[in-house]
Amino acid sequence: MNNLIIRWIPLILSLVLLAGCTSKPARDAGAEVSEQSTGATSSEAGGEGYDSAMTSAASQGAEWYGDPLEDPNSPLATRVIYFDYDQSTIRMDYRDVVRAHAEYLAVNPQVVVRIEGHADERGTREYNLGLGESRANSIRSLLMAEGVADGQMIMVSYGEERAASYEHNEEAWALNRRVELVY
Amino acid sequence: MKQLILFVMVLLTWQHAARADLTIEITEGVEGALPIAVVPFGWQGKERPLEDVAEIIGADLHRSGRFKTLPQVDMLARPTTGDEVEFRDWRGLGVDNLVVGQVQPNGVSGYIVRFQLFDVYRGEQLTGYNIPTTGPNLRTTAHRIADLIHEKLLGIPGAFATRVAYITSVNEPGGQGEPRIDLRIADADGHNPQTIVSSSEPLISPAWSPDGRKIAYVSFEEGQSAIYIQEVFTGRRQKLTSYKGINGAPAWSPDGRKLAMALSKDGNLDIHVYDLASGSLKPITRHYAIDTEPAWSPDGRYIVFTSDRGGKPQIYRTPSYGGKAERITFQNSYNARASYAPDGKSLTLVTREEGNYRIAVQDLESGVMQVLSRGNLDESPSFAPNSSMIIYASKAGHRGVLAAVSVDGRVRQRLALQEGDVREPIWSPFEK
Repeated sequence: MNNLIIRWIPLILSLVLLAGCTSKPARDAGAEVSEQSTGATSSEAGGEGYDSAMTSAASQGAEWYGDPLEDPNSPLATRVIYFDYDQSTIRMDYRDVVRAHAEYLAVNPQVVVRIEGHADERGTREYNLGLGESRANSIRSLLMAEGVADGQMIMVSYGEERAASYEHNEEAWALNRRVELVY
Repeated sequence: MKQLILFVMVLLTWQHAARADLTIEITEGVEGALPIAVVPFGWQGKERPLEDVAEIIGADLHRSGRFKTLPQVDMLARPTTGDEVEFRDWRGLGVDNLVVGQVQPNGVSGYIVRFQLFDVYRGEQLTGYNIPTTGPNLRTTAHRIADLIHEKLLGIPGAFATRVAYITSVNEPGGQGEPRIDLRIADADGHNPQTIVSSSEPLISPAWSPDGRKIAYVSFEEGQSAIYIQEVFTGRRQKLTSYKGINGAPAWSPDGRKLAMALSKDGNLDIHVYDLASGSLKPITRHYAIDTEPAWSPDGRYIVFTSDRGGKPQIYRTPSYGGKAERITFQNSYNARASYAPDGKSLTLVTREEGNYRIAVQDLESGVMQVLSRGNLDESPSFAPNSSMIIYASKAGHRGVLAAVSVDGRVRQRLALQEGDVREPIWSPFEK
């Protein structure tokens, strides 16, 4: 939990600054936070969506209201995690995405996520069902390690039965070796 | 591998092709196939039966790749009993064997089919039967006659009077949604397809009971996998397991009393054996790896299964009551979905060879593996009940098709559906 708050401090700070009509976003905020600031600025022109979240966060200091799941600039917007061939370990480039989902779920214990594991068409169907489950298990383990409760996660493996791409080539297979997070 | 492509694109189109029949195409036959003539059967009665028995027998024998059937137009005479046969004429046509017969009315709606098989050179009858049947069973009777001829001439019974279960996936016309998935059963020649389950959610892993009266399968209709058993003739079904996680890969024990299956209810996928009478469940493997795709040896003593406990999927064998599992495949880095030949001497499985997924047979005594198929995405191999052929799923362009290959690799067939994908073929046992 501490870790969680620390990770959000730059964002919260920037929001506080914004609420005080500061024109410059905080420098340490990093790329994603800058994007958030832009969103907040545009929302002043009567936009909806992020501004309620921004305002609440600013006024209450440490809470994140509204729905960050709707934010296309949030790492939470990434709901598909891809895997290497016959592998179920989470690639390094997806670890931050999964952690962002973990943080969201940890602070929203009422939210349930469905973790759907998939495989490409190569090899046998039942083994691929197992592979899809292993991939879903990897995501689940990381989410749990980051503080998500067991009851917030529903797991299902579809193996190769629900392809994202129906082509029979490397590109399609790469798109099909995946876990989808469904809120 | 000197194979002669004898029957390239011999497309057998069926009478009822407008239905969703499978069409069977023989892509390779055997050099030196036995020349045989099946003379159109005589008919003694008023209304001709709807089925042409001789044509069905001839098509079966031809499709096996082991026989070369004489076209009807080349026949000099059309005898219907042994007395009428002029053997010299048939010798002149280069025919080794001859089948003649008749269909006679029997009672209100029945028939008697008489047939005789002759050795043309010796002028001797090899076998002959009178078989009572009915109109709806006439095709099956013709397949049984083909089975008897196959057995008499080649030493092993034919598997023509059997069926194949398979999964089809068809996109609804103009539909954007999920395709419709059906579990179907057809005669081994592709005729008479019947849908026994239809779903918008995945259906996988059909498995015939040893008596051919039930099929176990996995359905996702409730949002996650569950194992069902369905009676083929009544349609009545029972949900067997729907534990948390995967409920997959059902496999009947040879006595039909148990089902081996892969369950992940305890956290990861292990093989369990479900006792159908008591409903009790016994874990057979306990390993953190993926253990799935169990299959029983014909004597019921062993279960083979796929496991990646060594890092890559390979086939392991364990006593069917549980115990130590030993690895039995060592060639290639991916071997999965093994099942025993009905004679228990070999396994068929999916192997990866130079990046291609292909069907192989591994001899259990020598451990030698022979790759039989030539596709790059072949899967789901299943032995015919006479152990002579293996049916499997393959790709032709973008479509899923079924293919069959003889165990010696010499005969090849392709079975295609008119539209959509067809996959996961399972050959039925002999009917009892």
